[in-house]
Amino acid sequence: MRRCSLAAMMPVLMLAVSCSHKTESAPPLKPSAFGAALVESSGGKQIVQTGSLLPQPVVVQVNDEQGNAVTGALVDFIAAPGVTFDPTAGLTDSSGQVTTNVSLGGMAGRYQITASTLDKSHKKIELKLEEIALGYEQTLGRRLADQYCQRCHDSESTVERVSNYDNLEVKPHTFTEGDTFNKISDADLAAVISHGGPALNRSALMPAWGNTLSKGDIQALISYIRAVSDPPAHDAGPEYAKN
Amino acid sequence: MKEKFTSLWQKVFGDSVRAFGVVSLIFLLSLAIAPAKNFFSEWRHYQHGYLNLIRNRSEANTLRRHFQGGIQQIWLPDLGVVDRCSSCHVGLSEASLSDVAVQPFRKHPVIPHKLDEFGCTVCHRGQGVATTVEEAHRSTLAWEQPILPVKYIESSCGQCHRGPLPGTPQLNQGRSMLSRYGCVHCHTVKLPDGTTMKATDDPPSLSHIADKTSREWIYAWLKDPQAYAATATMPNFKLSDDDARDMSAFLMANSTPVPGDTATISAKAASDASAGPSLYGESFCASCHSVQNAAGNIVGGDVGPELTRIGSKVRPEWLQGWLRNPRQYDPGTAMPHYRFNDSQIVTLAGFLEAKADSDLLANVHLEAATADQIAHGKRLVSDYGCASCHEISGIKKPENFAPELSRIGSKPTTQLIFLPGMAHTLPDYIAGKIRQPRSFSPGLKMPQYTFTSAQVDALTTALLALNDRSATLPPSLAVPATPESDYQPAGKAGKLITDLACFSCHRISGHGGDMAPDLSWEGSSVQRDWLVQFLKNPGTLRPALIRRMPRFNLTDAETNELADYMMTVYQSPAVDRDSMPLNGYSQGQIELGKQLFYGKYACQACHIVDVKNDKGYIGPTLAHVGSRLTAAWIYAWMKNPQALRPGTVEPNRAMSDEDAHALTAFLISQKGGNKSEGARK
Repeated sequence: MRRCSLAAMMPVLMLAVSCSHKTESAPPLKPSAFGAALVESSGGKQIVQTGSLLPQPVVVQVNDEQGNAVTGALVDFIAAPGVTFDPTAGLTDSSGQVTTNVSLGGMAGRYQITASTLDKSHKKIELKLEEIALGYEQTLGRRLADQYCQRCHDSESTVERVSNYDNLEVKPHTFTEGDTFNKISDADLAAVISHGGPALNRSALMPAWGNTLSKGDIQALISYIRAVSDPPAHDAGPEYAKN
Repeated sequence: MKEKFTSLWQKVFGDSVRAFGVVSLIFLLSLAIAPAKNFFSEWRHYQHGYLNLIRNRSEANTLRRHFQGGIQQIWLPDLGVVDRCSSCHVGLSEASLSDVAVQPFRKHPVIPHKLDEFGCTVCHRGQGVATTVEEAHRSTLAWEQPILPVKYIESSCGQCHRGPLPGTPQLNQGRSMLSRYGCVHCHTVKLPDGTTMKATDDPPSLSHIADKTSREWIYAWLKDPQAYAATATMPNFKLSDDDARDMSAFLMANSTPVPGDTATISAKAASDASAGPSLYGESFCASCHSVQNAAGNIVGGDVGPELTRIGSKVRPEWLQGWLRNPRQYDPGTAMPHYRFNDSQIVTLAGFLEAKADSDLLANVHLEAATADQIAHGKRLVSDYGCASCHEISGIKKPENFAPELSRIGSKPTTQLIFLPGMAHTLPDYIAGKIRQPRSFSPGLKMPQYTFTSAQVDALTTALLALNDRSATLPPSLAVPATPESDYQPAGKAGKLITDLACFSCHRISGHGGDMAPDLSWEGSSVQRDWLVQFLKNPGTLRPALIRRMPRFNLTDAETNELADYMMTVYQSPAVDRDSMPLNGYSQGQIELGKQLFYGKYACQACHIVDVKNDKGYIGPTLAHVGSRLTAAWIYAWMKNPQALRPGTVEPNRAMSDEDAHALTAFLISQKGGNKSEGARK
């Protein structure tokens, strides 16, 4: 019985598949020009929750040998499975740029996005950008960092939050400073957060948070710091689509 | 052909022994099908892959010891969970595999729950009993439940957790959007705890709209609300010119004047051109209202409507009346009654009227409405369900106007009509419907919203959480939300608190907004003299704050009434006045406190005591704290700030009683008069 219905479904399914193929395949883009260099305009190094859209689109620019923008060059975007681009390819506009909206995959870690275009001799020019996806724990850490830490640790002010960075005699480290943070072990970071700067002979302006934040909170903060550090921390999670 | 067949038959079944042998062989082969299928099964393939993966790792022995072959299963009868996912996802709880990029072998990321307590499908959906990738992950045959895309994963937290969680920003945003953008005005959403989701927006009543604005403006607004204000909550109903004309005609004809004094004020506006903007600034209108600046950015709060083109909307006499006392037109408004004097009203009204956009109504020319148009307009107003959101005299709020969404997150895909080219999954359907409702059928009434993709994802997440599992969850697993209290202060002071709309910004006893500090314990916290001064002329406590308390021009009697009420009623049981030393503190304690402030606790990182040298910009300035806070409050705050104000940024330093007393002594000595007192050594 089941086989029968399966057999009956087959033509329908095949029809559906062929139909969906028809709707999906957009007319191929034909480049009208070729560049010599591919550079990032904006959109690299963004931090977002797993599976979500990057807040800013990724914009890349194609230039010729003189560094002038090239209009009409074809740029393709590829990345690990799970990463989606809208659109996946585009022709550069009058300012030589292609813009794409990127959603990262479901696993936390670093995602490498490769934009590519062809030069006059049809050789591939590639540009690699890195984006960071935060898992549950890192997202929680980011929220805690925003609430408790970033007022001092982030030197940039926003409308909602004026930075206290410049007012401190000993400057705090920005969480992306991998050169500093990668040298501090998890245990030492936890000690500084829970017992304050003096625990590691650092500034007393860093207060003790051990009675305010739970162990899990502190673990989440460390996990966030490791995730965003630049250069990457050893255990920042796997890197996807490295090759 | 026939001969060939007969000779073949002869060869195979020629004599009985040969026939027996052949039949046995066929029988044996058919018996081998099941074991062979088992042997070549996907899960076995993955388990081999796992063993290969761990072979070269340093902790291979531990991993091999943990490894159990065969089909693994998490069985939770309470939740109806039979999950065999761990048959292929072998390393889910191996901490050392967190760096593995190859699925299905990666460790599960850290979550607050144990995997064997909830299983996999409770959060990820999919078919738990299946043992092939295709059947487990994708919707196949009669099984309806594909894997939930990870961007909506927070919806699964919402099945048990009915209130906001710190770890689920997207779900929290989506839930508050369902209330904030009026979805629940039309769609009933019955929550699993038996209550119905309530709207938190407050669409204005249209019963007196002719007092407020012109028919031309209503027409333009109905055609495209976002053309008037980019931040408008009202969605676009895509009305035809004729429909908008008739609806505006009906709304004008149906409007009745608000009883009361509407005479225009004869006072003259201040001659100084900067008086208007500075009164707008001083009154902190921007804390609630936004304006689009020259660069196109929307600046200001979102409690009240955007004022970029307000001059093109309201009638001057209405605006003056509104500024005099907004509660006369709308008793439930979030806007405070400012008690402006006549000249202030004229100045502010003049400033706001100048915020006009001549293009907005330039092309709107409406002829006088006919009776037919008005009748048609009335029918349209009922048909589009305007009264679901707005109060309109003569039209009842329709019931069950739109489909109920209480279990939308479990709607079978067979009951959905998808658009061509759209993935056949429930999340895609919901998101598509929110994004472009009318694309599903031109006759649909649901209007067009202007949500960003992040907002659409958040709403979809919140809707997916409203499903069969959340509705039928065992009560022991449900984590209820803290309900908003309906606290209302009593008496004369209570009336004043309502009139000044304190709850629009402040929270008291679990009721009110979160823009300004919680006032539940204000009486324990501050000194009465300071409170009276502050109500008369609010200064700024936190240098970094942009939104601040406005001045309400209260009379002395009103100020005293409020101060007395707050000092007596808003007392915390955790702050004990009697435990404070009767004779104040000794000089020694003050000195010790100062050392602790600048040394051990380094409070100057966030606070300013000595205005010349300290720079801390996070907490309130403490130069005058001795005349503002009570000693008992400071002491209790030193001991545990979060106990007095949950979520406050100041860390709990677990101070000894001695340290806390010394710091209290130092801070209470900071009266602000003597600058040298706070000077650092």
